[in-house]
Amino acid sequence: MNWHHIVTVYLKELRDSLRDRRTLISMIVIPTLVMPLLMFGVGAVMSKVIKTARDEASAIVILGGTDSPGVVAALKADKRFRIVAADGDYRQLVSEKKIRLAVEIPAGFEAALKAGSPQTVTLYHYEGEMKSGLGVTAVERFFRDLREQTIEQRLTDRGLPADVVKPFEVKRQNVAPPEKVGGNLIGGLIPYIIIILCFTGAMYPAIDLTAGEKERGTMETLLCSPVHRVNIVLGKFLMVMTASIATMCLTLLSTGVSVAIGGSMFSGGRTAAAAGATKAAASVMPSIDPLGIFGVFAMIAPVAMFFAALLLTISLFAKSYKEAQSYVSPLIIVVIMPAMMGMLPGIELTAKTALIPILNLSLVCKEMLSGVWHWNYIGLIFGSTCVYAAVALALCVRMFNREDVMFRA
Amino acid sequence: MIEAHNLTKTFRDKKRGVITAVENVSFTCRPGQIYGLLGANGAGKTTTLRMLATLLQPTSGTATMAGHDVATAGVQVRANVGFLAASTALYGRLTAREMITYFGELNGLAEDALRARVRQLADELDMHEFLDRRCDKFSTGMKQKTSIARTLIHDPAVMIFDEPTLGLDVMTARSIVKFVRECRNRGKTVIYSTHVMSEVEKLCDVIGIIHGGKLVAEGTLAELQARFGEQDMEEIFVKAVGGEAALIAAMKN
Repeated sequence: MNWHHIVTVYLKELRDSLRDRRTLISMIVIPTLVMPLLMFGVGAVMSKVIKTARDEASAIVILGGTDSPGVVAALKADKRFRIVAADGDYRQLVSEKKIRLAVEIPAGFEAALKAGSPQTVTLYHYEGEMKSGLGVTAVERFFRDLREQTIEQRLTDRGLPADVVKPFEVKRQNVAPPEKVGGNLIGGLIPYIIIILCFTGAMYPAIDLTAGEKERGTMETLLCSPVHRVNIVLGKFLMVMTASIATMCLTLLSTGVSVAIGGSMFSGGRTAAAAGATKAAASVMPSIDPLGIFGVFAMIAPVAMFFAALLLTISLFAKSYKEAQSYVSPLIIVVIMPAMMGMLPGIELTAKTALIPILNLSLVCKEMLSGVWHWNYIGLIFGSTCVYAAVALALCVRMFNREDVMFRA
Repeated sequence: MIEAHNLTKTFRDKKRGVITAVENVSFTCRPGQIYGLLGANGAGKTTTLRMLATLLQPTSGTATMAGHDVATAGVQVRANVGFLAASTALYGRLTAREMITYFGELNGLAEDALRARVRQLADELDMHEFLDRRCDKFSTGMKQKTSIARTLIHDPAVMIFDEPTLGLDVMTARSIVKFVRECRNRGKTVIYSTHVMSEVEKLCDVIGIIHGGKLVAEGTLAELQARFGEQDMEEIFVKAVGGEAALIAAMKN
């Protein structure tokens, strides 16, 4: 190993990559813009759509109810509902989303209530459709209120107090500190995003520095220089790692800034709803154990090494940029799967899962962000990932020394 | 000085099995001499030169470049060799100066010496006009000049040229030929591969004709003319490889 050569190769690759539009886009532009765009663009549009749907009166059709004028009148009087005359098949109206749901009031409903015989109100809705769901919730609330009124009436008629049917209350009280709540809420998501960005950030430089060089004919030029191939590999490897870590840091930074700006935007402005809005902002931005963030960075380093070495090895095998892309792109799914598994609630950190690359990182980050430090697992994961990274790097050096790979015809 | 002894290179191919690209090639090239390696496409020229430049390991046989063994002292060999081929391209996103400087740094040149050397090469090759422009915008001539400067930055004792005029226009090709001659005049050991007969006639002190991976004839132009009883290089070449039929059969392979 010759550090002068490694640094020379690294600095040249850095300069070269910073002039490459594709690498720049994947390394700097996308990570900086994607989170603000998601939050302020897609997020704002989505919340507006939901708010409109929520504020808008639910269009409903009432089936039957001619002999229950009281209920029908109450429904009509409720501002949450807009009663639509049922012209045609109500099922079709629901399916075509012309109405949110149809409410079927059984014959003799009010009379039966007075007589005390049980009745069933049926709601015909469209499962999975947001507006229909909102309508169902509102109608259910309406009938729940009606039921409670009926119960109260019946109790009063019999001269019984209201707490006969409510002997006790159940109350929830949170004891978890805020950072633990935050860790659990977004602790799964942060490692997932970091892992994917770490991979995609390394992807384009890895391809460009290997298959790209072969395709452009500069690899042979480089191999003519009196530098051991291991130094060339390490210089390139450092560059790919730099890209990977830069992508990750920029994303975290832009996410942090977006959340902070988004949070203050939500909590400021409206004074009347300030209390509610601040609560909403707090749920958007749960506090996280700051030490956990350092932990995540420390743990991601060997993974970035692993990705860099792996991507270099695979793309080195390809003859052209396009060929390398077709080898590397499917790998994203291989990386996403264990990262996603880490978000599932049932999967916990054990001695076995601590050895599964990527999944172990996802799990340990979730723990660290909620302030739980299992040092034995942390050590095991760090160590095993370092071993994987070293093996991948050794493989990469080996590939660089293979003539059939370097001069593949 | 280049000394090759029984250089052999075999490749394993999935469809065709073991292929012998170069077989028992031996020759010597002295300082101040241009050795021309003449052969058709696929004759084994590039493989031979890549072995000499330590890009490929010989399957058997040995070669020493400026006294260093290609099999055991790759780094020292490359430190004494300048390799220029059609396949050794430039980094398009670097400027000519950055490109040359990069290879100077990889060759271990100190900063001051390197700066002086770049200036000297830019003077000699008349490169000042485009020295700080990016290589991807260069004309073929500018690219060749930059490549030449890259191979010369460490002032190597041995120069390897693998079909350097391939695909170049007449003027650029002429300037390359002129430059190769200058290398010889400066006392460098030069090996030059080509399939262009006229270049060999004009340029080379010793000519080796390579066919099917074997060196089938070797000598000065006069010696080859006497041996094959022909004046024209093309006729000599065809006779040396065993006639047109043999040449066509080899091309098909």
